[in-house]
Amino acid sequence: MSGSSIFIILVSAIFVNNFVLSRFLGICPFLGVSKQVETAMGMGMAVTFVMAMASIITYVAQRFILDKLRIEYMQTIVFILVIASLVQLVEMVIQKTSYSLYQSLGVYLPLITTNCAVLGLTLLNIQNDYNLVELIVHAIGAAIGFTLAIVLFAAIRERMELSDLPVAFKGFPIALITASLMSLAFMGFMGLV
Amino acid sequence: MTIEGILYPVASLGGLGLVFGAGLAYASQKFKVDVDPKVTTIRDLLPGANCGGCGVPGCDSFAKLVSSGEAAVDGCPVGGPELAQKLAEVMGVEVTGSTRQVAKVICNGGSDACKEKFIYNGITDCVAANLVSGGSKSCKFGCLGLGTCKNVCPFGAIEMTEDHLAKIIPEKCTGCLKCVEVCPKNVIVMTPFHQEVVITCNSNDSGKLVRQKCSVGCIGCQICVKACPEGAIDFENNLAFINYEKCTNCYICVGKCPTKAIEGKVKKATEETAVS
Repeated sequence: MSGSSIFIILVSAIFVNNFVLSRFLGICPFLGVSKQVETAMGMGMAVTFVMAMASIITYVAQRFILDKLRIEYMQTIVFILVIASLVQLVEMVIQKTSYSLYQSLGVYLPLITTNCAVLGLTLLNIQNDYNLVELIVHAIGAAIGFTLAIVLFAAIRERMELSDLPVAFKGFPIALITASLMSLAFMGFMGLV
Repeated sequence: MTIEGILYPVASLGGLGLVFGAGLAYASQKFKVDVDPKVTTIRDLLPGANCGGCGVPGCDSFAKLVSSGEAAVDGCPVGGPELAQKLAEVMGVEVTGSTRQVAKVICNGGSDACKEKFIYNGITDCVAANLVSGGSKSCKFGCLGLGTCKNVCPFGAIEMTEDHLAKIIPEKCTGCLKCVEVCPKNVIVMTPFHQEVVITCNSNDSGKLVRQKCSVGCIGCQICVKACPEGAIDFENNLAFINYEKCTNCYICVGKCPTKAIEGKVKKATEETAVS
């Protein structure tokens, strides 16, 4: 029973309620860091780490601080504090371990701080009343979904660089059209769970 | 409203902030990345215009390249020789003598010298005017004088003269090439900063046509080619060219040119050239 519900949460987070293409969260890095598959992958990994860590810490903060003190209305601000600190940490680690990735992510790395996908995920976790296992699965699913969307998108954009486009569509216009078509394609998963 | 209503949020948020702050402070020590102090020093010396004139995007990237020795210390066109000297000191190398290049409009055919083909009433922009059968000037090589280069210049080094020509102030020009790229007539070229004698005509028309259209154009008489004692002037496509490496700025060609299509930097030239 619980095994199947966990599977449902995972599939639902990756495909059906894909954070980028169905919930329209985290569009900024989706468009900004999707010029190369490699950087898109790096961004996906960074977001994955932040999402997983943020989910756990916000869950703890919610259950043991906010609920206990009955100050649930502080949820948003506390969550943002958690996410911001985590992003700072990730930034330091990436700068130390992979400088080229740090450079290619550029300004989008600190922008995970205000990435609504991460905040949205943590808020959804609490809203859906997930327990610790479920929310970790949900976080991983959301992160995989985000990575999947951004990497697919980057691959398409890489190909598009080489294709012969009308001048007016070059660059962002065609990227936006592609994003909308991808979103339509992901609507095909609707009703799967 | 109890006191807890204020105390709890403040304490919990403050406490969390404190914990995360301490954690980050610890992490920043642990994951400290050593930045080459040279990069910061060089970055502070650079003008910070981020013009891209050096060929790399932004002063930060240039500072990195200089510090790693991949870019020359005199690579920044904005800073010029003074900056090159400073950077050379930081890097502990000698400045290799490359000359500063500045942009120059090689057309002197203003509205009183060059005839108009028609009256242009369109957008005040050379690129737009050029689309209308090459602009209103009868000479299709000349400066249209609508100020597209002036608008694109980030350093205010271009001004428009009264007879509708662009004029570049060499002292302000940093050689960022923005005007060279934007000019639809390709009438802006790079010349060495210390070059005083420049042929101010861009026309590849034959001498007869030039005479009909413009009173200050190069008519291809080749008097300058013969007169030059250094053999520094070449002739190609109905137009004379000065080889700046050979030119000694003797001003002989300036005096000989029948249409005054060769310009000296200073009008009262001759005495001053003896000094330089």
